[in-house]
Amino acid sequence: MSESTIKIKGKKESTFLDKAKGIVPEGGNLNLCLTCGACASGCPATGLEDMDPRKFLRMVCMGLDEQAVKSPWVWMCTMCQRCIYVCPMKIDIPQLVFNARAEWPREERPSGIMKSCDMALRNDSNSAMGTAPDDFVFVVEDVLAEYQESQPEFKDMQAPVDKEGAFFFLNQNSREPVTEPDEMVPLWKILHLAGVDWTYGSKGWAAENYCLFLADNQCWERVTRVSANQADELGCKVFLNTE
Amino acid sequence: MVADDLRFVIKSCVGEDNVIEMTPNKSNNYCCGGGGGFLQSGFTDARRQYGKTKFNQIMETGADYVVTGCHNCHAQVHDIGHHFGAHYNTVHIWTLICLSLGILGPNERAYLGDDLRDVDVFHPETALY
Repeated sequence: MSESTIKIKGKKESTFLDKAKGIVPEGGNLNLCLTCGACASGCPATGLEDMDPRKFLRMVCMGLDEQAVKSPWVWMCTMCQRCIYVCPMKIDIPQLVFNARAEWPREERPSGIMKSCDMALRNDSNSAMGTAPDDFVFVVEDVLAEYQESQPEFKDMQAPVDKEGAFFFLNQNSREPVTEPDEMVPLWKILHLAGVDWTYGSKGWAAENYCLFLADNQCWERVTRVSANQADELGCKVFLNTE
Repeated sequence: MVADDLRFVIKSCVGEDNVIEMTPNKSNNYCCGGGGGFLQSGFTDARRQYGKTKFNQIMETGADYVVTGCHNCHAQVHDIGHHFGAHYNTVHIWTLICLSLGILGPNERAYLGDDLRDVDVFHPETALY
């Protein structure tokens, strides 16, 4: 909890709050806070940067936009939504945090998140590691052939890429194909034994979406649409997000 | 409810008596701190301080293995365990399923501990390490 007292200097219109209310579904109940503190008491981010969810919301409601929105704390809330779950008024603080992130000039947002987003925009993989579609396809085919041979019980196992009409469109965190490809195999085995009709996409195969975390709405929509379009083009029925 | 489905799978793999719930759990559980971009944000100290809540919860169970639901959680739970000096192992659910089916090869065990690394190895002759 906070150790310092918030001092309010005169009246100030909360432009950020008004803006957020216009974007957040149902207005996010942002005016309904009872100040009970259930959110803050169970939030792992409470105390970081001398901030907590209740304090953040109160500051925004009191018009202390600059201090609240510019606090690095908005990058330390993981938007896990536990605060909504325990809130008697179901106030959507995580959405408020997301919109606070979006208020930051893009180049001032954490560079690690920004670079991961930019990597995903380099090609149609969506990979935060910048891996190209061809490289992903090569790794999958290479690893599959190796296991079909070395574990003959799985000689008929498949790891399809761009299989038309597959029921499930499955994505994959980049770290597996790029840094630990053997970790892809147990999942393939389970899908094989269960007789599941699935496919990866050569486009939009990467599961992570750092543009979303960056609160870059235009870019995260673009990344998401690459995946969704590929699933649609292939005629898949269900999108399985493994991340 | 998907949380119950996954518990059914894990109990089927390791046996009901070997599953220890954290408290609180399900929708009331604490986030590990890997999500929302925190892992890539550069705020490493803050991320670990955040993760201490989850770490304490894990230690309370006394469990040897923690099953995580995604890659972000896996990386964070693995990291805080190492950082705070614990000895639990962090695994994906696919590892447990294949181990229990007897189809987990020697090179698919990166996250198993010493106690399970040599148990029921599928095609041990293919070991690379």
